[in-house]
Amino acid sequence: MTENAAPILELDHVSKRFGGLQAVQDLSFVIHPGEILGLIGPNGAGKSTLFNLINGVFTPETGRIVFNGIDITGQAPYLVARHGLARTHQIVQPLTNMTVLENCTVGACFGRENLPLNRARDVAREAVRVTGLDDRTDMLALHLTIAGKKRLELARALAAQPKLLLLDEVLAGLNPTEVEHMIGVIRRIRESGVTILIIEHLMQAIMSLSDRIVVLNYGEKLAEGLPAEVARDPQVIEAYLGDPKLAAQLQGDTVQARMSHV
Amino acid sequence: MLRRPFFWIIAAAIAAFVVAPLIGNNVGLRESLALAAVYITLASNLNIMLGYTGYINFGSIVFFGLGGYICVWLIYAHDWPLALSLLAAGAGVSVLSFIFGIGILRLRGPFFALSTIGIVEGVQAFTENFTPWGGSSGIYISPQVFLPLGGSARALWVIYFCFVAVMGASLYLSYAIKTSKFGLGLLAIGQNEDAAAILGVPTPRYKALAYSASAFLPAIAGGLYFFKGAFIQPSDAFDLTLSTEAIVICMLGGQGTVTGVALGAYLYEELRGYLLTSSTFSNFQLTIAGVLLLLIVLFFPSGLMGWIYSRFPRTKEVLE
Repeated sequence: MTENAAPILELDHVSKRFGGLQAVQDLSFVIHPGEILGLIGPNGAGKSTLFNLINGVFTPETGRIVFNGIDITGQAPYLVARHGLARTHQIVQPLTNMTVLENCTVGACFGRENLPLNRARDVAREAVRVTGLDDRTDMLALHLTIAGKKRLELARALAAQPKLLLLDEVLAGLNPTEVEHMIGVIRRIRESGVTILIIEHLMQAIMSLSDRIVVLNYGEKLAEGLPAEVARDPQVIEAYLGDPKLAAQLQGDTVQARMSHV
Repeated sequence: MLRRPFFWIIAAAIAAFVVAPLIGNNVGLRESLALAAVYITLASNLNIMLGYTGYINFGSIVFFGLGGYICVWLIYAHDWPLALSLLAAGAGVSVLSFIFGIGILRLRGPFFALSTIGIVEGVQAFTENFTPWGGSSGIYISPQVFLPLGGSARALWVIYFCFVAVMGASLYLSYAIKTSKFGLGLLAIGQNEDAAAILGVPTPRYKALAYSASAFLPAIAGGLYFFKGAFIQPSDAFDLTLSTEAIVICMLGGQGTVTGVALGAYLYEELRGYLLTSSTFSNFQLTIAGVLLLLIVLFFPSGLMGWIYSRFPRTKEVLE
């Protein structure tokens, strides 16, 4: 990893408020090229809002967002996409009456490379293959299962050939086999040189995938560091489980419970 | 494009329109086909907004009426030749639509639809009070304008072939847009506009371009139509009926398809012709259009073409 290189994404004191709710509060962090940065936090911590701020769905009230040296604060989503930033949605947003391939062709056509239609189709086909949807290439997106739609989200984002990929709970709602497969796909995407910012509730998965983790709580950064450090942080445990003593106790209890079963 | 069968299917349809009335100099058939060509032009261009981009435009008649006004006025007041007046009408209306489009296309769904009705009313009120265009009494042009075309009898043939040319251009435009990157972006907007923007489709520009592109040929058709009648007045030029009919046609034929909309327009014109001349139904033409729309929306949401595609799946590969 190139820790010394300029960050690919830099958030500088970013805030966003919805009426009386401070969704994101004075948040700063950086992502380095080539890393997988995990973003965790309890429900309502502001994770998805943060994604919407980064890719231009919302404009932050204060602060700057710099992507690859370009200030993208408040730019429209289609401009941000053109710079090489793609995302998936927590609640899937397929183009329902279009086929899997057409969905991905849209991603390839209007993504970073701004490809003409015929070359975009080749790139789309490759994205469909990488995400394991090749048996459903010509299926209408509305006929896909939820797992299929999640993969389509990823395939479409990938077809845009992004430099930075924002993944919003791509593992949620998948069964263990599907999770396993998806983790493999995400690893391969990173190996191909794409930087990834990932939101995930499946702790095991995000702890093993991420190089570093940022923890959000009530829109503020609660902790940042290596997965192991973050997992030991009493503040993080408290945010997730309440009282840290209770957490320790719970851990103890499960050990005891297991012992008694044996 | 030349190697695609659909290109030649459109060419064949145009050829049929050209040849059919020439056989036996059939003037009655010519007039009926001229109207069909106008319907196909209006519906095909509306389809770019309605079928591709997913925006319901009740104001497609404004393109037609405004094009008519610009063309007739240029001929009447400035002695412009027909061809130049038609092009000016098309270009003028397209530019205006682009400017309007950037504004009103910020609205979505029912709000956009309502605003397009507002545009019809607004433009009509403007022409009724605009003295250079004759206010509410409109503009008459002298039959002498037909002289450069070789007298009225020959002029009607020339105008008919122009109608067919505009219809052909509409079909090719619909087809070209549908198979282009621009069209893919429009279809994505039609499916899910927010997702399309996040995938990088420049939604405001594409929507305004689609709106503007869908104005050009209807404006020329309007110019021809009112030149042919040698008279234009606000209540004819901005009659909401024709807008509604164009929507019915798109739904009937299958919105988003080139073939379906053209077929729907032709069938609708035939039906309309029958109803207007029949003694029992002559006043019920719009009632029947309304009932038709209701039935289609309820039972055949994908229209005639949807039915053909599901019945004969192989037609999907040939008919756009």
